[in-house]
Amino acid sequence: MDFEWIKIPYALLSLFIVLNYGLLMTALVTKIGARAGRRYGIPIYQNYIDILKNMALRTSLTHGVMFYLGPVFRLSGGVGLLLFMPLIFGSEMFSNFSFAGDLMLVLYFIFFGMLGMALGAGESGSPHAAIGVSRGLSQVTTSELPLALAVFAVALQYQTLSITDIVAAQQHGWTSWTLFTNPLAVIAAMFSFLGSMMRPPFDIVLAPQEIPIGPPTEYHSSYLAAMQTNRMIFAVAKVVVYMNLFFGGASNWFELFIKVFLIYLFSAFVGVCFPRFRVEQSVRWFLVWAVPPGILAILLV
Amino acid sequence: MKKELEKRTVTGPDGQVFEVDPLKDYFCEATPTVQTGEYLQIVEDLFNWARSNSIWVLGFGTGCGAIEMRPLMTPRFDAYRYGVQWRATPRQSNLFIVSGYLSVKTLKRVVRAYEQMQSPKYVMGLGSCTINGGMYWDSYNTIKQLDDYLPVDLYVTGCMPRPEALLSGIEALKKIIREGRGEGANIYAERFEWYKANQKKVIQDWDMPDYNW
Ligand code: SF4
Repeated sequence: MDFEWIKIPYALLSLFIVLNYGLLMTALVTKIGARAGRRYGIPIYQNYIDILKNMALRTSLTHGVMFYLGPVFRLSGGVGLLLFMPLIFGSEMFSNFSFAGDLMLVLYFIFFGMLGMALGAGESGSPHAAIGVSRGLSQVTTSELPLALAVFAVALQYQTLSITDIVAAQQHGWTSWTLFTNPLAVIAAMFSFLGSMMRPPFDIVLAPQEIPIGPPTEYHSSYLAAMQTNRMIFAVAKVVVYMNLFFGGASNWFELFIKVFLIYLFSAFVGVCFPRFRVEQSVRWFLVWAVPPGILAILLV
Repeated sequence: MKKELEKRTVTGPDGQVFEVDPLKDYFCEATPTVQTGEYLQIVEDLFNWARSNSIWVLGFGTGCGAIEMRPLMTPRFDAYRYGVQWRATPRQSNLFIVSGYLSVKTLKRVVRAYEQMQSPKYVMGLGSCTINGGMYWDSYNTIKQLDDYLPVDLYVTGCMPRPEALLSGIEALKKIIREGRGEGANIYAERFEWYKANQKKVIQDWDMPDYNW
């Protein structure tokens, strides 16, 4: 693959679009969740104000170098995930820095921010953060398992590790989507998706009603603003991974917005319908319900 | 002073002996300083607007008035649509609602939580107990006037105030913040000695550093 400088401004532009889309979409989904609870919900622009407010705080304190780096790792996890995968299929402008083996890198990036965050939260010294980290890592580890299985099944099916090729293989009408050619893998992956979106039933790690909100307990001001920004980017980037692998990718921004919204809505929908799992319950749930379809998907390919 | 907070000598794994002073080791000793706003008034105005529209309340129910905060989150009042959210940790919150009577024991925790919040931070006193002691005015273990101990931006009167009163209190607070008058953190820093003296007068077993960063 040859590298062209013009790709850098294009990548920044796509980052900008995704950030704004993420800010608005997550607010909209929160609003939908509020409507399900018969509330009016936050204003659609609330996320922007929250981030601005957090950056406007005058004091902030640190607990050490790793505490600084926690949000940085988290942000680079989200941005990296976005930059190394094709956003719009067939578009010179928005294919970012995708290359032949990017699927592995993407899988790694999904986990990367989590680990950085765990280190940073660990240095904050708050016992609540430590509890949050141990809960979070055990849950994420088990929820990554079905995703990894599903990704391997898909890679086997299309005989490639490049996301662009996988999207290309799904371009013969909607019946050629992985969703229809390999439903078991998609089921396993969607179960895993629920686990990683931090919504009920799997949100015990970050739920505000829990022991002070887990790993970010000590984070505040611009640290928190960086993490909020990442959350918006990461949510969209992660859904784009799913869209590319399982739902035929997108050939223009409009299609991307719609698909991302619908896939994201799936987790929100499950979220408002179900109460919360404890961590050991959710670990068991993943092992019992999400891993077998993943294994079956690999065996059947 | 609690036993675990006293100085002690510890022998390290390599035989080195050193002294541990928990109060110094676990806390920063720096006292608060006055923090000025941005140099450009227009930036400060924008920030104040953002601060007023994103109020994160510390979810720490200190007295019976805390009951009134719960309906605010539910469909009938739904404070979220005004940009008000509840946070479980003082680090991320900027409004401390002291919801009613404050026993001396709780005051200690309140002071600690307040000092951990990042400035600019606001305090709202809820109910007559925070104003004049309310029906606990002659009690031996509650404080009578909240602003002797913390800089209060706003009181909401009543015993207990209805959720509507609390909501209109929040709206009034927003106005104060937008006008740039929500500078309680700076008042606290300026009159630090006075506040500390008042706090230490009622808190007998003072076993924390003077400022809990
Ligand atoms: S003012 Fe009334 S309701 Fe509020 S804390 Fe005091 S006694 Fe309770």
